Amino acid sequence: MSSAHGEIHAHGDGHAHEEGFWRKYIFSTDHKVIGIQYGLAAMAFLLLGFGLMLLMRWQIAFPGIQIPLIGKALTQDGVLSPELYNQFGAMHGTIMVFLGVVPMAVGAFGNYMLPLQIGAQDMAFPKLNMASFWVNFVGGLIMLGSFLMPGGAPQSGWTSYPPLANIAPPSQTAWLIGMVFLITSSLLGSVNFIVTAIQLRAPGLSFFRLPFFVWTQLVTAFLLLLAFPPLEAAGVLQLMDRVAGTSFFMPSGLVVSGEILSNAGGGNPLLWQHLFWFLAHPEVYVLILPAMGIVGEIIVTNTRKPMYGYNTAVYAIIFLGFMSFIVWAHHMFMTGMGTAISSFFQATTMIISIPSVIILTIFLLTLWGASIRYTVPMLFALAFLPMFAIGGLTGLPLGLTASDIYLHDTYYVIGHFHYVVSPGTLLALMGGFYHWFPKITGKMFNQTLGKLHFWGTFIGMNGIFGPMLLVGMAGVSRRLYDASIYQAAKSVQPLNVVMTYSSWFLAAAQILFLVNLFISLRKPKTPAAENPWESTTLEWTAPTPPLPHQNFPVPPHVYRGPYEYNTTSREFAPQALQEV
Amino acid sequence: MSVVIPYVSKPHPVTGVTNAKLGIWLFLASEVMLFGALFSSLIVLRVGSTDWPVGSTILNVPLAFVNTIILITSSLTMVMAWASLKLNNLGKYKMYMGLTILLSFAFLVVKYFEYSAKIHHGLSPATSNFLGIYFTMTGLHGLHIIGGIVVNAYLWIPGAKMWHSDPERFTGRVEVAGLYWHFVDLVWIFLFPTLYLL
Repeated sequence: MSSAHGEIHAHGDGHAHEEGFWRKYIFSTDHKVIGIQYGLAAMAFLLLGFGLMLLMRWQIAFPGIQIPLIGKALTQDGVLSPELYNQFGAMHGTIMVFLGVVPMAVGAFGNYMLPLQIGAQDMAFPKLNMASFWVNFVGGLIMLGSFLMPGGAPQSGWTSYPPLANIAPPSQTAWLIGMVFLITSSLLGSVNFIVTAIQLRAPGLSFFRLPFFVWTQLVTAFLLLLAFPPLEAAGVLQLMDRVAGTSFFMPSGLVVSGEILSNAGGGNPLLWQHLFWFLAHPEVYVLILPAMGIVGEIIVTNTRKPMYGYNTAVYAIIFLGFMSFIVWAHHMFMTGMGTAISSFFQATTMIISIPSVIILTIFLLTLWGASIRYTVPMLFALAFLPMFAIGGLTGLPLGLTASDIYLHDTYYVIGHFHYVVSPGTLLALMGGFYHWFPKITGKMFNQTLGKLHFWGTFIGMNGIFGPMLLVGMAGVSRRLYDASIYQAAKSVQPLNVVMTYSSWFLAAAQILFLVNLFISLRKPKTPAAENPWESTTLEWTAPTPPLPHQNFPVPPHVYRGPYEYNTTSREFAPQALQEV
Repeated sequence: MSVVIPYVSKPHPVTGVTNAKLGIWLFLASEVMLFGALFSSLIVLRVGSTDWPVGSTILNVPLAFVNTIILITSSLTMVMAWASLKLNNLGKYKMYMGLTILLSFAFLVVKYFEYSAKIHHGLSPATSNFLGIYFTMTGLHGLHIIGGIVVNAYLWIPGAKMWHSDPERFTGRVEVAGLYWHFVDLVWIFLFPTLYLL
C-alpha cells in the first residue's frame, strides 16, 4: 500500500464561476451550499427548541417562581403560565424533530456528503434540491409565525392528538399547513437522495463499496419517502375536521366545556394515532440512522481498521428500515386496541431491536484490537455507543406491554427517547460536524475547545436524562405543569432541580461550541485540513473545500472498498487509489 | 457552470432508466402511500360506523361513470402523445397532448357540477363522514388533476421547445408526465367503485 497524499487528486484550476450573490448563496442549486443552508437553519432551530425547553425546565424545577432575566418579557408576573408551558412543549417537540434534527442529519449532512462520497458532481435534481430547502424554510416560518397567532402557538403536543387538537386555537391549523410544507420538502429531498445514490455513483463504486454513511442515508430516504405520506393524509383529514367541519377524528356526543359539540360525529380519534405513528415510528429511525452512519465513518477512520462485518451492517440497516414500518402501534398499548394486536406489535418491537444491537456490536468489534486515535470527533462517536445503548435498553420495558402499563406517559418515556435522540443522535451529529468541518471550510477547529465542548455536552446531557428515567420510574406523568403538588412526585422533586441545573450546564457547553465555530471560521485556510483524519472515502480526495458545483476537478474512479486502513502503519488506501 | 448530471436524457446502463424515470416511480410510490392511507382511513371509518350509506344513494353514478370514461380516454391520448414523439411526429404530439388537456378540463367541469349539486342540496363535508371522506378524497384527486394539467400544459407549448434541442430528453419528460397521469387515472378507478358503488 502506498501512502496516498496528493497522488490521486489533481488540484482544481479554481476557475471562478460568474454567479451573482443571490444565485451563489441564496438560491443556489449547489448541493454544498444547500447543505450549509440546511445546517444553519437547523442549528438555529435546535437552539430555539433548546431555549424553549430551558424555560420549561425552570418551571418544572421551581414551580411558580419567576423566571430570571426574561420572565417579565414572557408573562406579566414573570412566571411561565400553563398555557405557555403547553405551547412550548408542543413546539419544542415539533421544532426539534421536524426542523432541527432531521434537517440537520438528512438535509445538511446528507446533502453535503452524499454526492461527495459517491463521487458525483451534484444531486440528480439540483433544482428540486433547492426547492426542497426553500419549502422547508417556508414550513419553518409558518411554525414560527404560529407563536404570534391569537390563542398562542399550537399546544396539543408534537403528536397533535385529536379530539384535543381539533378544538385547539387557530394556530393548530397553521401547524398542519406547516407540516404539509415540511412533508413536501422531505418528499422532494428523499426522491433526490435515492435517485442520486442509485444513478450517480462513480464508476467502480458498486453498492457494497459505498461508505456506510451513504447506506444509512439511502435507507433513511426510503423511510421518509414512504412513511411521511400517511401523516400528510392524516394532516389533510385533521385540516378538514378543523376547517370544513368534518368529524373524521371526532366521536359522537363529545362534551367540551360542558356542551355537546354539534358536529356529525362518528369519527375515530384512534385513527389519527395510527396514521401519526405510522410516520412517527419510522421517523425515529430517520433520526438515528444518519447518526449511525456518521458514527460508523468516524469510528472506522479513527480505529484504522476496516469496518467489522460491513456487509452485515448494511443488511442490518435495510432490515431495520423494513421493520420500522410494522412496529408503530407500540406507542399505543394503552389505547385498548386489544391483546392480540398488542402482542403482534410487542413481538415486532422486540425483533427490531436485533439489527440495532448488531450495528452497535459491529462498532464495538471494530474497536477491538484497533489503534484508536482519540480525536475530537472520535470522542463524540465513542460516547454515542453507550448512550445509544442506554437509549435502546430503556426502550425494551416500553416495548413490552406488561411493563409499559406502568411506565406509559411518565418521564421515563421522555428519558428513553431523549437518550436515543439527544446523547445519541445529537452527539453523533456534533461528531460529524468536527469530522467534516475541515473539508467543508478548509480550516481546522480548536481541539481544546472541541474537547471541552464534548465533556460539557456529555455530562450535561446525562445530568438531564439520567435523573429523568428515575423521575419516570417514580410515576411522575410527563405532561404536568407543576408535578410538585402531588405527594408521589415530591420525593423526586430534588432530581428535577439537578436536571434543570444540568440543562444550564449543557447550554454553557454549547456556547463553547459557538465560540469555537466563530474562531475557527476566522482562521486562515490551512493545508492541514485537506485530510486531517487520513480518511479513505471519496470526499477526502476532493479539493478543500470541494469545487463549487462540480466537486471534483476530474470525475473520480473507484477501485476498492470504503475502509482500507492499516493498524500497524500510517498507510491507507483511498477508494480512488488505483495501484497498490 | 460546468456541472454535468449524467443519465438525464439517456438511461443508466445498469439500472436501465433515466434519473427522471426513477424519480417519478419513487414519487408515485409515495403517492400510493398517501392515497393508501386515505383508503385505509375510509375503511376504518366505515367499519366503525352504524349508518354508512351506500354511495349510489347519495352520489351521482352516471356522471361519475362519464368521468371515468373521460379519464381513461385521456390516459389513452397521453400514450398517443408520447408514441407520436417516438414516431418523430411533433404535430400529432401537440394534437394528442391538447386533447389530453381538454379531457382533463372536461373531467373537472363534470366534477364541478357534481360538487355544486351536492352543496345545492345542502350536502357538505360536515354532513356525515361519508360525505366528508368523499369530498376529501375526490378533492385531493382533483388537486392532482390540476397539477397534471399544469405539467401537461407546460409540455404542450412552452416546454416543447426542448424537442428541437434534446428530443430524447423531451420524450422522456412526456413519458414521465404520462406515468403520473396514468397514476392519477388509476386513483380515480379505485375511487369510483369505492365511493360511488359500494
